Amino acid sequence: MHELSVTESILSIALENAKKANASKVTSISLVIGRLSSIVDDSVQFYWDTISEGTLCEGAKLNFKRIPALLKCHDCQTEFEIGRELTPCPNCGSYRSSILHGEEFYLDSIEIEKDEEVFQ
Amino acid sequence: MSAIRVPVVEKILSANDRMAQENRNLLDDHHVFSINIMASPGAGKTSFILQTIKHLTNEMKIGVIEGDTAPVTIDADKVIKAGMPAVQINTGGDCHLEAAMLSDGLNQMPLEGLDVLIVENVGNLICPAAWALGTHINLLVASVPEGDDKPYKYPNIYRGLNVLIINKTDLTPYVEYDLDYFRKGVEMLNPGLITFPLSCRTGEGVDAWVDWLRTQVKQYRQG
Repeated sequence: MHELSVTESILSIALENAKKANASKVTSISLVIGRLSSIVDDSVQFYWDTISEGTLCEGAKLNFKRIPALLKCHDCQTEFEIGRELTPCPNCGSYRSSILHGEEFYLDSIEIEKDEEVFQ
Repeated sequence: MSAIRVPVVEKILSANDRMAQENRNLLDDHHVFSINIMASPGAGKTSFILQTIKHLTNEMKIGVIEGDTAPVTIDADKVIKAGMPAVQINTGGDCHLEAAMLSDGLNQMPLEGLDVLIVENVGNLICPAAWALGTHINLLVASVPEGDDKPYKYPNIYRGLNVLIINKTDLTPYVEYDLDYFRKGVEMLNPGLITFPLSCRTGEGVDAWVDWLRTQVKQYRQG
């Protein structure tokens, strides 16, 4: 249920950067989200359509780049992917490992349109 | 019209992180040691807070900020009855507390003379893990009847903890619960995490937790 506050944060960061760049419109937003972040893309999209209405971001497309969760075993150094749940090293069965990727949660870039400046 | 890509690279929850830092500064200005208590609904957060207050009532002033999804003051009333200040914050249906909500709560809480501030987060094992509040430590109350597989199913919340409580140990004979399996999962997510098994009902094990808290508060004051 926390997708609404997440979506509001995305909108606020996008608008701030769009204004700084003198955008007339935001056409797309790239988000990088690790597998270990508990966010449902569909819900974010649903809220997005509602809360971006009437702003520079209205109609902007949300692009989600999902990063798989990659772990490294402390005992045999094997690198392995996991889903949302915790699983042991597939090579040696050890539970001792550290996270290499999967916790990413940021707004990477926005694509904007600008009205052409007229030089005289 | 021309399409332009503008690089941003900003953490989605950066505004929350900034507000959390402001909360931390306010607490530090008043020398108040603060604890964010998380748990699933029914794990015994409120009983745990009341036990803690009972043990420290003659030596510390403990304020409690209660986060609830609905405007009910059941938990806050219990704290006030135990003789400590309590503030209720209603999240309006949201599944977790955010730093801005805690900031509202802090504005209503008399911080002068307070030794410890306890923040009771909304009962939930997923969402509270993502929002920093600015408290000094994160604590989880896990409980025996919830099952021994919780670290495996909700890894995020265990990763961010400073201390773990295993409540309702008095129920161990009645439910299937493999403490070694539970602890193996915790060890993988948060190696060396300090853990206190206890029972808020019988009081067993509460002393060890309270001693630890006393030491933390002392060390915090000494800077």
